[in-house]
Amino acid sequence: MKVSRRRFIVSTALVGGGVLIGYSATRPSRHNRANNELAKGSERFITSFVKIDKENEITIFVPHSEMGQGIHTALSMMAADEMDANWEHIKIEQAPAIDLFANGNLIKGFAGEFGVPHALMPLVNMSAFPIAEIMNLQITGGSSSVRYTGETAMRTAGAAARKMLLEAAANRLSVPIDELTTELSHVNHNASGQSMSYGQLAADAALLEPPKNPILKDRSQFNIMGRAISRNDIPAKVDGSAMFGIDAHSDDMLFAAIKLAPVFGTKLASVDATEALTLRGVKRVIELEDSFAVVADSYWRAKNALALVDATFEASENDAISSSDIDARFIKELAENNGSKDKEVGDAEAELEVAADVLEANYRVPYLAHAAMEPMNCTVHFKGDAAEVWTSTQDALGTAGRVASVAGLPESKVTFHQTYCGGGFGRRVPLLNSNVIDHATLIAMEFDVPVKTIFSREDDMQQDHYRPAVHNNFKAAFDANNNVTAWHSRFTGPISVPGASHIPYSIESQSIRVVDGKTHVPIGPWRSVDHTQQTFFTESFIDEIANRAGVNPYQFRINLLQDHPRHRKVLEVAAEAAGYGENLQEGRALGIAVQESFGSFVAEIAEVSLNKDNQPVVHKVTCAIDCGWAVNPDIVEAQIESGIIFGLSAAMYGEITIENGRVAQGNFPDYEVIRMASSPKIEVHIVESGGAPGGLGEPATPPIAAAVTNALYILTGQRVRELPIMNYEFSIGNPVAQV
Amino acid sequence: MATFKVNGIEHILDIEPEMPLLWAIRDEIGLTGTKFGCGIASCGACTVHINGKAVRSCVTPVSAVEGQEITTIEGLAVALGRTNTSLPGLAAVQQAWIDHQIPQCGYCQSGMIMAVSSFLAENPNPSDAEIDAGITNICRCGSYPRVRKAIHALANT
Repeated sequence: MKVSRRRFIVSTALVGGGVLIGYSATRPSRHNRANNELAKGSERFITSFVKIDKENEITIFVPHSEMGQGIHTALSMMAADEMDANWEHIKIEQAPAIDLFANGNLIKGFAGEFGVPHALMPLVNMSAFPIAEIMNLQITGGSSSVRYTGETAMRTAGAAARKMLLEAAANRLSVPIDELTTELSHVNHNASGQSMSYGQLAADAALLEPPKNPILKDRSQFNIMGRAISRNDIPAKVDGSAMFGIDAHSDDMLFAAIKLAPVFGTKLASVDATEALTLRGVKRVIELEDSFAVVADSYWRAKNALALVDATFEASENDAISSSDIDARFIKELAENNGSKDKEVGDAEAELEVAADVLEANYRVPYLAHAAMEPMNCTVHFKGDAAEVWTSTQDALGTAGRVASVAGLPESKVTFHQTYCGGGFGRRVPLLNSNVIDHATLIAMEFDVPVKTIFSREDDMQQDHYRPAVHNNFKAAFDANNNVTAWHSRFTGPISVPGASHIPYSIESQSIRVVDGKTHVPIGPWRSVDHTQQTFFTESFIDEIANRAGVNPYQFRINLLQDHPRHRKVLEVAAEAAGYGENLQEGRALGIAVQESFGSFVAEIAEVSLNKDNQPVVHKVTCAIDCGWAVNPDIVEAQIESGIIFGLSAAMYGEITIENGRVAQGNFPDYEVIRMASSPKIEVHIVESGGAPGGLGEPATPPIAAAVTNALYILTGQRVRELPIMNYEFSIGNPVAQV
Repeated sequence: MATFKVNGIEHILDIEPEMPLLWAIRDEIGLTGTKFGCGIASCGACTVHINGKAVRSCVTPVSAVEGQEITTIEGLAVALGRTNTSLPGLAAVQQAWIDHQIPQCGYCQSGMIMAVSSFLAENPNPSDAEIDAGITNICRCGSYPRVRKAIHALANT
């Protein structure tokens, strides 16, 4: 495999930061380039993301991947509202994969071009994917699309477009600009009764320079934002016409089935494809450094032939490693190594020395696969000096760049076709996880027709970049009055999202440190990244502390959240809605958890019982979220439902184990997920604090595991310190009376 | 030769009898609304109707559907007579999917819609327990609460 130039650039950028300078060159008129390259006939780009034609149809270009989060609709609403457009005549398009629509430089580019409201700039540095801000990418991740692209680019683009249309109208009508108003894609001059459509003004407006500081609307002025508008992508998703990467099709297409080294990092040793090559439809068997592939005229024929290839992989030092070895290594690391500082306040070690009582607990979570519904796939048509690519990705430009670097082509020679993504969840970020793209490109380079490489479900599950397995040792110190005086946390890394392991609770001394958690298993971002494991740990251990202190876990949290009103508020709203503290149905318990992640504050309360076989049943989850304000409340609710169920799958069943160096699970029977029968009722309460908009794709996932296990503790007296929950045998018999 | 009808059109295909119907529909006929999810009939993304009844096409060899009528998501509205919809060409169950804003990524929804359509034809007014037992498709985006609401809404029409 060739060294990726893109990876090299990333390292350089992280160290030096000097590459930013290049992006200020996007000033002042990105839309002029858009008009030169993309506008046809009467169409005019007024700003980079907004195109208007003579018939007054407005097209909004969204530079993010639609993978279920409703981002095409939400971002278009933001631009359309700021320009006072008529939503009924808005067309939404995926922005093409060209650097003009890179969102990596949006923050910087627009900051230079229009002046981002200052209060937003600190948020920029909190992204889970800081690399994206400085790279030539179109990345969708970190629950950042509305927060960054929406707030800093789409709204600004809409407001700038409105200002330019007003100026054009003022010139045309020879009236002062402040006598003009805008409504439903028209500029009106009320004094004279004249009215012009945006379509009539577009050609003039496109010649103007975008204003440096367009004024964004106050929330009271919103006409489109804040409404539960239907998503534009849904009609195509009910009649089979929505195109996903795996649906790329041409009459001369070939199909590749691939077998990658089952032990990560090992190389192909020998291949005997004699028998496979005799099968109908089989064209070639391709040998790559770490894999082999059968290319045939149908995927099914390729897959069947693959099973007949007699191949061996080189032995590796990891061949004997199993999950128990990894656990033992983590335990040893935590016992012997003090690690590096994550957060230190006061002197927790000293507090533990003088404590009247110390509570200690060891937590762990396993590796997790993403298991997006659309198995990984990538279609590449290599044409010698150029290539075309079709795939579902969370980063169109990054994917095109990856193909270019593997194929040795200039990026300008790679044409990328964006499709809907059949689930993302972090799996489809090529910067971090590019194996399907790399292999599909290398295979396709052997042919002059399009080749579609498909990972089977087993390939998808066994060749993932997994949520890390993590161990966490906790100690808490109590004084003679049962007040908690120190929080002591040691966990295996890495830290991908700074702050995920921190707690909002006022505990005077805190020591949080991380030790090395590297193994041969590749890891990557998984919906909410570090927050998924850390919130299970911290929100479980705070529950343990509350119980030891003899205080009701809800009240205990409230008492220690004096300095965190947004955490408090969502807890209070969720507790009241869930009927916390009131009489519950016999045999049920409520567990609570709260976490801030990606700029949103989420409290979840799980109502849990055991069924007649003593299996946990989650009946209902009540959620309160403070995401600042909601661009589209129905999309917010859908993302909450989705995040909770995704997190619940992991909490109840999710477990990737390593046996003999390789992943033991292969398909849904071994990696069960929530289905209709195990899906709880979900009630969502949106708390509008009016703060900056928070993320939505991820923040509902972190709290659910601890909410469920905290309820199970009340029901059974058993403390779940390791996930998944399915590995426990529960019994009613020692329920914990709530204080 | 395999001979069967898909959405009312007869196809005569020179393919192996053991080829799963899923791959015949996707790669040979070129209808891509039916999805590959797991290949072992666990997730239901590949659900189609054979003579009106939901079947997981990834484990159904074409030899088992010789001479039969297959309906895929693309042909559902025609097969059911396009009733009760605001958009032309949608079956009531598809319209309910829009009304309840069900799909997120949408990849599993062809199969989910085909499963629910067949389920409701057999049990027009199901209880929650019957929905739990009857709808076993996987949706990783977690659209289950909305699917349940839509099923109840369809039952009441």
